Amino acid sequence: MNVDSSILDIIRAKKLIERRDIAPRIREEGDFVVVDAKGLHYRILNEVVYELAEKYKKIKLINVNGQRYIADGLRGDYYIEIHGTAGDDLGAFMNGPEIVVYGNVQDGAGNTMNAGKIIVHGNATDILGHSMRGGVIYVEGDVGYRVGVHMKEYKDQVPIIVAGGTAGDFLGEYMAGGRIIILGLKRRFTSEIVGDWIAAGIHGGAIYIRDSIEEDRLGYGAKIAEFTEEDKKYLAKILEEYCRTFGYDLNKILEHEFTKIVPESHRPYGKMYTD
Amino acid sequence: MCGLAGILNRYGKRISGNKIITMANMMEPRYDGRGGGFAAYGIYPQHRDCYALHIYFDNEDAKELTEEFLKEHVLIVKDEEIPTRKIKEIPKRYITWRYFVEVPEKFKNNEHDYMISVVMGINDGIEGAYVISSGKNMGVFKATGMPRDVARLFKVEKYKGYLWLAHGRFPTNTPGWWGGAHPFNILDWSVVHNGEISSYGTNMRYLEMHGYKCRLLTDTEVVAYLFDLLVRRHRLPYELAAVALTPPFWKHIEKMPPEKKKLYTYIRMTYAPAMLNGPFAIIVANSTTMIGLNDRIKLRPLVTAKDDEFTYIASEEAAIREVAPNIEELFAPKAGVPVIAKLEVD
Amino acid sequence: MGFPPEFKVVVDKEKCIMCRRCTIECPYGVHVWDEKKKTIIRKEENCVACQRCVFTCPTKAIQIEVRPPAYSPHPVWTEKVRRDIRLQAETGSVLLVAMGNEEPYRRYFDHLVIDACQVTNPSIDPLREPIELRTYLGAKPDYLELEESYSDIKLKTELTPNLKLETPIMFAHMSYGSISLEAQKSLAMAAKEMGTYMGSGEGGLHKDLYPYADHIIVQVASGRFAVHEEYLKVGAAIEIKIGQGAKPGIGGHLPGKKVTEEISQTRMIPVGSDAISPAPHHDIYSIEDLSRLIYALKEATRYKKPVFVKIAAVHNVASIAVGIIRAGADGVVLDGFTAGTGAAPQVIRDHLGIPIEVAIAAVDQRLREERIRNRGSIIASGGIRSSADVAKAIALGADAVYIGTAALIALGCTVCKQCHRGKCAWGIATQDPKLRKRLKPEEGARRAANLLRAWSFELKEILGALGLNSIESLRGNRDRLRGIGLTEVELEVLGVKPAGR
Repeated sequence: MNVDSSILDIIRAKKLIERRDIAPRIREEGDFVVVDAKGLHYRILNEVVYELAEKYKKIKLINVNGQRYIADGLRGDYYIEIHGTAGDDLGAFMNGPEIVVYGNVQDGAGNTMNAGKIIVHGNATDILGHSMRGGVIYVEGDVGYRVGVHMKEYKDQVPIIVAGGTAGDFLGEYMAGGRIIILGLKRRFTSEIVGDWIAAGIHGGAIYIRDSIEEDRLGYGAKIAEFTEEDKKYLAKILEEYCRTFGYDLNKILEHEFTKIVPESHRPYGKMYTD
Repeated sequence: MCGLAGILNRYGKRISGNKIITMANMMEPRYDGRGGGFAAYGIYPQHRDCYALHIYFDNEDAKELTEEFLKEHVLIVKDEEIPTRKIKEIPKRYITWRYFVEVPEKFKNNEHDYMISVVMGINDGIEGAYVISSGKNMGVFKATGMPRDVARLFKVEKYKGYLWLAHGRFPTNTPGWWGGAHPFNILDWSVVHNGEISSYGTNMRYLEMHGYKCRLLTDTEVVAYLFDLLVRRHRLPYELAAVALTPPFWKHIEKMPPEKKKLYTYIRMTYAPAMLNGPFAIIVANSTTMIGLNDRIKLRPLVTAKDDEFTYIASEEAAIREVAPNIEELFAPKAGVPVIAKLEVD
Repeated sequence: MGFPPEFKVVVDKEKCIMCRRCTIECPYGVHVWDEKKKTIIRKEENCVACQRCVFTCPTKAIQIEVRPPAYSPHPVWTEKVRRDIRLQAETGSVLLVAMGNEEPYRRYFDHLVIDACQVTNPSIDPLREPIELRTYLGAKPDYLELEESYSDIKLKTELTPNLKLETPIMFAHMSYGSISLEAQKSLAMAAKEMGTYMGSGEGGLHKDLYPYADHIIVQVASGRFAVHEEYLKVGAAIEIKIGQGAKPGIGGHLPGKKVTEEISQTRMIPVGSDAISPAPHHDIYSIEDLSRLIYALKEATRYKKPVFVKIAAVHNVASIAVGIIRAGADGVVLDGFTAGTGAAPQVIRDHLGIPIEVAIAAVDQRLREERIRNRGSIIASGGIRSSADVAKAIALGADAVYIGTAALIALGCTVCKQCHRGKCAWGIATQDPKLRKRLKPEEGARRAANLLRAWSFELKEILGALGLNSIESLRGNRDRLRGIGLTEVELEVLGVKPAGR
């Protein structure tokens, strides 16, 4: 990756937000600070965000288009609003903040995030929530391939991904913990709620899909478990905030059939090897 | 990692290179500056019936030898330097020349294959001469550098075309030299490619069996040759050519209705050595069509969108948004399923 | 002049409980009960190190050891050379041996290494992501002709029959006669279970194998034993055997004493009469005659079965293979000089033919140069020991492989090299009803299927590491192989680059 020396000069300068070319992009609006991100290189935008985070808790980014790593590794109870298309690895390694995106997010949103919330009023693409360890990701629409790949949980840290639309192949691949819920309320380009090889290699956690799923679409190591009243209660609790966020009717969602997918065992490949 | 962009005006309206340059610039974090390029269709309307050969020469000797070779095999209607700017980012390393040529009458019945052999004859036979594009009414501009600088070097914004491809490169496996940058072209076909063709050895040996010579040290060239072989020579429709290149898994073929199952099985059996494997996203174009295609398990990104006039394909949504802010629906093609956009006029 | 024994039988007197199990298990008369002395005596000179007694001794009291060299050492006049000469001086006979070539030629598989992905190309994990091994053997057209109508696309081209393999590994031809019915049944059951095929060998098809015939490739060899219309029709494919890697250029001979009642029925020859396979097919003296036989077989089966032709890998293998494909065969089986056998003259086995690796490379390259690589498959056979060998054979250009010795080892064979004596202690290379009982087809099938399962999984691991999700992207992909310790010429023949390039 090649970063222009002029950009490096800007970043190295102290107090980016006071520079003449940056300052006019920043204004206060109630308890928000607003940054116009139009055309800003991601390194600059993110430096600006880190600087502003020293003073403000609520940050609004407008005219975002493809800038990567927003809120990467950010720790604390921030509220970040993004208008536009958030670039790759949004909120990667994030620990606590809440991000609300009015627009779509590109690949790898929530990558290895530890805690916090990502709410997407739009669609997400591949490897959403890769290796996510805690927090929640709510997507209004579709999600891509390998969503929730290798999510994991530890004690009370249970990450959750909810998508209102459809998901691609390899959903919850390798999943070691957490919950993924796919609702399929809107099916823009496909009649199928999720792709093939669901939960391939799953050895922890659970996936709820609001539809019937044939056994042969599961990946190796996954099985269909009975969807119990308890599960329904759990979903009612989890989906309450989701529905409130996007204006969906919780009761209507829960009326429909769900399939629950869980690991066959915690050691799916125990018999595969010999010595 | 690389970045791809493509834009087609479905009504054949020609636009300047600015939009594609913007799209390419939006994905700069994906490139490392060791390769950038553009393909443009519709840029030479005054010579629309001639093959436009863009050739890079190491030196005057190579140019002389090439011109002798050309005079022997084709009719040169016009030739001139490909204009460039002097820029500090990319020192000019080659003589860049273009030739508008016609195929002699006696070879007209097999024009395409004849021209391919001419192109291969130069690439394979003349040291220091590289044909980087050879289609009609189109051209490729590429060099070692960031796409924005390659665009400045070749004054890409000054050309007007109805179909554009762009590529920014982050090479890992093959050396970064001007000829190794994308787009890769053979006659009417141009390809930009992100990822790696892990099946290169198999594909290359299959193509060699059909008379193609893979000499450009890049796995991308096999994609262009495969399209030429499957679509032009074997007359497979684009959709089925895509089935040959990125076939559905047997598991999915087994579930198809009998006729379709048989067709797909036959394609997989017949075109087994044409299967492209490895992580990739490609955009392939010819003068009437732009195709986006992912590998079979979608290991590289690709998004597409369309408005009243244009179809866009890119590695990242942001590239499309920047030139088409009012687009409503963006769509990420499924693994191995092509997006095909066709020119709606001749 | 006798010979000092090669092996030493060591019995732990404290462990031995005199149960006499070893005297029953040993078919070679090593452990013998001496009624007078009320003890077991050990005739070590008979021992072949088959390990039967070792495995079956209930107290694990027996161990077989190699005797230290009995001759004064000499680098040229090795112990083996001296033994051979003495034996021939004694008998005036051709030395007969079993299993594959024992001379220490270069094993090219051991000088080839496989690539793997790092960074630029994610390796694929076969545990989770689909990796396909399905392979079709047979002719493929140059291209498909389609009929495009208003609403849909119809195929105009009809493919000739192909064999569908779920894994590119088959069980090699080992005839009923050379191995027991139980061994054949084990392999047939495993082949069916795993979606692959076994070769019938040239001894016909016992009625008990008919239920598995759709997973059996029936062989037509020079002796034409049991080759009748029904035999041809029940099989999945037909294979004409011109030669075999262990004994290129020579025929076969099943001694009359092995032609039992059951074998006589299957081979359709009288009990006790010698079954002789001539060196050549006497209706094939040239390539056009081969073509005649290929089409005679295709006619007989109404063009419903692929016909393969098996040859020993010899110097001119590439041109011969081109001829075979042009003659109408749907595939060529190349049998390398490390191929096993039930019986062959030692001088032939150890000194004729060429290695399978170079044969694959030469044939694949030549078929491409002739632009007919798609018109027939390449099946490699002879000395394939592991999934790595399979992967390397395929990367060099093979479509699939046959395994013979490896399959027998899966059934219990310990490679004691006594197949030609018909006394196999493991019930494999024998027709003795008592010995045959030692191999239970269900257990044999389980083990043979397991071997295929394990190798198939390992193949997927290799493909995954290469970033390939289907076997066809490995086929002929020599770009993913590198040579170690090979000369420039050898690299050129194999079509691979040296490691480091």
